[in-house]
Amino acid sequence: ESVQNSQTNVMLHTKLNDTSMEYVSSKTINKVIQVHDQIFCCIAGSLADAQAVTKAAKSHLSFHSVQMESPPLVIAAASVLKELCYKNKEELQAGFITAGWDRKKGPQVYVVSLGGMLISQSVTIGGSGSTFIYGYVDAKYKPDMTREECQQFATNALALAMGRDNVSGGVVHLVVITEKGVEHVVVPGDKLPRFHDE
Amino acid sequence: MAATASMMPIFQQQISSKNDLVPNWTSEEVSTGTTIMAVEYDGGVVIGADSRTTTGAYIANRVTDKLTRIHDRIYCSRSGSAADTQAIAEVVSYQLGFHSIELDERPLVETAANLFRASCYRYREELMAGILVAGWDRRKGGQVYCVPIGGMLVRQPVAVGGSGSSYIYGYMDSNYKPGLDKNQCLELTASALALAMERDGSSGGVIRLASISEDGVERRVLLGDQLPRFSTH
Repeated sequence: ESVQNSQTNVMLHTKLNDTSMEYVSSKTINKVIQVHDQIFCCIAGSLADAQAVTKAAKSHLSFHSVQMESPPLVIAAASVLKELCYKNKEELQAGFITAGWDRKKGPQVYVVSLGGMLISQSVTIGGSGSTFIYGYVDAKYKPDMTREECQQFATNALALAMGRDNVSGGVVHLVVITEKGVEHVVVPGDKLPRFHDE
Repeated sequence: MAATASMMPIFQQQISSKNDLVPNWTSEEVSTGTTIMAVEYDGGVVIGADSRTTTGAYIANRVTDKLTRIHDRIYCSRSGSAADTQAIAEVVSYQLGFHSIELDERPLVETAANLFRASCYRYREELMAGILVAGWDRRKGGQVYCVPIGGMLVRQPVAVGGSGSSYIYGYMDSNYKPGLDKNQCLELTASALALAMERDGSSGGVIRLASISEDGVERRVLLGDQLPRFSTH
């Protein structure tokens, strides 16, 4: 049984528009948001927009699951986000990675990009730091990894991105979602894997 | 939020643009949006590049040679504006050739890198050139110098450049370690370039590699079916 992790970089970096000062608002913000029992969402872009959208999606989904009398499908969660992003594309600046487990298709990962495109992928990365790890992810990912391999792969990839992207850093939040439930793993910066030049 | 939204460009993934009838590459500058890489090993250097030159969305040359000879044991790999980098490389080759005759011995890689830096820094407002200088000399062996846009000069054991380089920082950080031999360097460079070419629209074509040591320069090309492949998803 394979588990697919989706990933996030976790530092909230704010640029004040009136002064030209950039500062780190928070080093420990959690960008992996729960939208249902076994469905989580990673947010990127404007965090204000992303939080507003996920709040709306969470309430939509909980209503939907009451109506259907069963937990929502992961694709339903992703679709709800996609509708919101697509219909409001002019005002919003937020992208999402939705991942979770449902009874119909098992573990799944979906990406909703900036303009509201929805696609399913087996592994995906996003956010400003993601550009630095495309090569690493393409090279190192192989289908049907075990849970431990997957966790190590995600942690390594995030550590590499945090090493290069100046607006990513702080702590790594990992959420492992399986049929049995959800586990939240936090890896603080000093416990991250190190590479040769550090 | 509305204020910032209007200041940012709209990132939309488009299948086709509104006006496909008139190609815009006729008015675009020629660029070697690119991926270039150079690695030092004990006894020499490996230098590599992709082969795509673009004017806008059109690939003007799909088999470009971006590895330019500056001197017998000194090569440079070019990224940015094709015209700017060719012009600078010509000037530096001339200056270095003259200097080498005066000295009556092979020029130092550091000298070549400094000549690049001098031109790139003096004319930094007009130029768009990111260059990696790599070679071998008797004093310090294999060396790689990075002269990015703006005209800085720094020596690094391994350097990447060009638009495709952002995608392979993670791969490079995790796979490079000091003490690799020539073949491992060639493999690392070929793999990294292949990964970048897969993701960057401005990089592609074939991989050109050169290894430079005391004994000379060995050039090779990896064609389409010989490119390193990774599992697709």
